[in-house]
Amino acid sequence: MNDLNNVTPELAAEHGLTADEFARAVEILGRTPNLTELGIFSVMWSEHCSYKSSKKWLRTLPTEAPWVICGPGENAGVIDIGEGLAAIFKMESHNHPSYIEPYQGAATGVGGILRDVFTMGARPIANLNALRFGSPNHPKTRHLVSGVVAGIGGYGNCIGVPTVGGECTFHKSYDGNILVNAMTVGIAPTDRIFYAEAAGVGNPVIYVGSTTGRDGIHGATMASAEFDDQSEEKRPTVQVGDPFTEKLLLEACLELMATDTIVAIQDMGAAGLTSSSFEMASRGGMGIDIDLDQVPMRETGMSAYELMLSESQERMLIVLKAGREDDARAIFEKWELDFAVIGRLTESGRMVLTMDGKTVADLPVAPLADSAPEYDRPHKPSPARPSITASDVAPQTSIRESLLTLVASPDLCSKRWIWEQYDHMVMADTVVRPGSDAAVVRIHGSNRALAMTTDCTPRYVAADPIEGGKQAVAECWRNLTSTGARPMAITDCLNFGNPERADVMGQFVGAVSGIGDAARLLDFPIVSGNVSFYNETNGNAVQPTPAIGGVGLIDDLDRITRVGIDQPDLAVIVIGTTTGQLGASLYLREIVGREDGAPPLVDLATERRVGDFVRGEIEAGRVRICHDVSDGGVAVTLAEMVLAGGVGITMSVRDTADHGWWFGEDQARYVVALEQKLVQTLIANAETAGVPAMQIGVSGGATLDLGTEGEIPITALREAAEGWLPTYMDA
Amino acid sequence: MKAAVIVFPGSNCDRDLKVALSQSMGSEPAMVWHGDTALPDVDLIAVPGGFSYGDYLRSGSMAAHSPIMKEVSRFASRGVAVLGICNGFQVLTETGLLPGVLMRNRNLRFVCRDVFLRVEVDDTVFSSAYTAGQTIRVPVAHHDGNYFIDPDGHAQLEDEQRVAFRYCDETGAITDAANPNGSLSNIAGILDPTRRILGMMPHPERLSDPALGGNDGRALFDSLISALS
Repeated sequence: MNDLNNVTPELAAEHGLTADEFARAVEILGRTPNLTELGIFSVMWSEHCSYKSSKKWLRTLPTEAPWVICGPGENAGVIDIGEGLAAIFKMESHNHPSYIEPYQGAATGVGGILRDVFTMGARPIANLNALRFGSPNHPKTRHLVSGVVAGIGGYGNCIGVPTVGGECTFHKSYDGNILVNAMTVGIAPTDRIFYAEAAGVGNPVIYVGSTTGRDGIHGATMASAEFDDQSEEKRPTVQVGDPFTEKLLLEACLELMATDTIVAIQDMGAAGLTSSSFEMASRGGMGIDIDLDQVPMRETGMSAYELMLSESQERMLIVLKAGREDDARAIFEKWELDFAVIGRLTESGRMVLTMDGKTVADLPVAPLADSAPEYDRPHKPSPARPSITASDVAPQTSIRESLLTLVASPDLCSKRWIWEQYDHMVMADTVVRPGSDAAVVRIHGSNRALAMTTDCTPRYVAADPIEGGKQAVAECWRNLTSTGARPMAITDCLNFGNPERADVMGQFVGAVSGIGDAARLLDFPIVSGNVSFYNETNGNAVQPTPAIGGVGLIDDLDRITRVGIDQPDLAVIVIGTTTGQLGASLYLREIVGREDGAPPLVDLATERRVGDFVRGEIEAGRVRICHDVSDGGVAVTLAEMVLAGGVGITMSVRDTADHGWWFGEDQARYVVALEQKLVQTLIANAETAGVPAMQIGVSGGATLDLGTEGEIPITALREAAEGWLPTYMDA
Repeated sequence: MKAAVIVFPGSNCDRDLKVALSQSMGSEPAMVWHGDTALPDVDLIAVPGGFSYGDYLRSGSMAAHSPIMKEVSRFASRGVAVLGICNGFQVLTETGLLPGVLMRNRNLRFVCRDVFLRVEVDDTVFSSAYTAGQTIRVPVAHHDGNYFIDPDGHAQLEDEQRVAFRYCDETGAITDAANPNGSLSNIAGILDPTRRILGMMPHPERLSDPALGGNDGRALFDSLISALS
């Protein structure tokens, strides 16, 4: 087999394998791999597919709870949501492709995560996305925002899954490396969940979906290296999405799943046919003989190397029960999709690929899939920063002016321009639409719902990875709580720079430890996720961005809360302790022009106590309006509540409130509004629970009346909040 | 009333329409696959939203040539009511059952949001439960909803009072600011000369349930039940 190829250590290095890794490959094979085999080693052992730098740390994360049906390691995480149903969800990055080709990069990111979820038997019910762009002043930012948003919409709108939430922020650290993280949530009956574990010698391995072309070859390898000035030359490695075919594939797969024919199923995502076949075989301890001539091809003359490494989209690999091929074929033919039997399971434990009657690769499955290199990379903790409170920062402008500036800032302004380009209502179950703490999507045909959100505050993680990691989980938990949901589980999408640098690896190690602590204390296990390293260009890394996607359960849609103040004469109450932490706050960055200081500390026991209290008051029917306090502090929270509901607030807090009180970002806080006659009960319950609660105002009127700080008409707030993004995009 | 919902590959509002129709009808509509060549005996044919055949060509143009559409045209010529929503409206114009064309939105972006509509006529099977001049709130979600027709065609639509809905503001005023896609004369929905075929870009089926934040769409389905049962 080797005669045709001259695989050298240099060629291996071009494939991203280190000298040690290449030596290990040679040792596993007992010979030098040929080119096809080298390609397979390189993608299987890429950072993207093998998690070789992160595995050691990911193992420390809590992944279990009584309601967890399937944790990390499968295509997506699965939790029990009662009444015979499971929620299946995951978040994944598509950062590098989206920077190079924003429309297709983002679109195929959505397509990929949808497949991860429906391959397990779920009908997707919602998409979310967490987007990080560079400075608005950077010449590429506008083009990237426009392309990414159009790409996400183009895919999700066509396939008909509502895009209901997410986040979008800007920072110069993303100038050369935007982050596009896509999350899908689906629902399946608990007794019809499909896994990717091959079983049954002789069972056919079938290929369905689109044909295989030369697109996306080496996508996984691209995602495992830094960018430089030549990165745009990698445009041909970006795949092209076809949401129409994905829609057909979704319906055909769900139709097939209703029959009793499937043994195992996995989508062809990163590293395409290679990773799907190896992962299915390795999970089941099987081998596979694949006849590559049977693979449906888009172009002629494709080599084994290209077929195995292509990342053409909208493809699935399925192990069927022997003899059921015709039943399956009929379904895929109805949906006009390619269907081919390309191989059989064997007990050899080897992946044997043939083409034109010749063996073109013969590799042992287990060593490639399970014994990928694993590194304990050097890691250096981030230096501690001092805390900053109001006494350390002279106020720059009035509270009123500062608030208007903050609500019009790129991170806090309304993202309507984005989410109006997403069909967020298709499937007719979206109860709470984008722009709230968390979206709420009804479980079809019931009065129950799932709440879902994505969260991360990268500037906190940059300032203190451990606290920042905790905060991302805590904020996600708080956002779900704010809707009245019981937080259930999370998926994480860990975006960092080059792990071969000790400071970046230190950020990763710190953030994972913070995420783990918070997830343990809040009973909020991590059931799926993804790591994206090498988010840096020419040595400049992104702010560490461990995005957390959370799902919560709402048992009774009549007891959900909303953000907007929609009627007068309600008592407005802040719950939790305000000390005025301004370190790493948006006030400090947007008003003072500084990015220093320690982020607010996350006291997880307090977080839990306060959140459980708020949820209890919602469940008891006392609180109908609730918003968590996060970026921009109490002042921004109030502005958002007024904007969402259209009714103003008159504040009763007077002279004692300084800029720390208004804009500090202390954690574990909520603002709730309720009928005045219920206030006494709530305050009494808060005292019993050991939770601070203080009335700060009454709703009514058409202004946000800040007392001695003056008042702001809601119309002026709206103009500020709604104006920035459309103006920026049209400029 | 008996109803059928046509399902093309790429339809994605077929379930939503089925739910809304079922809620008003008390029974389920038949779901008819695009490749079928026969329709059951029905009083209403509903063509749902989505991206039929991916809409990679002009929206609705492929679907207009699918086998079932011949049958839809045949039923329509017999006076069976036909409702096309969003992509369904596009399919009906491409089929020639309704005049005019739906071009790309004037700002070239997909738009999904609640809009206000002024009900222009209440003497049709689709709108008897509304009152002419009434303002209702329902969502739009489309990339190609910019209705256009030549001046003669437009004059005819207006003369014959075949504009069913117009985009308006909260107070019912027909303004350019309330026009989400650049449609000529704020046209959101039109009738054929028999007034038995309605095409509209907005999605009444998406706000036919108070749990979703509004119920203004439901009267359209209730109108059909009372007229066709």
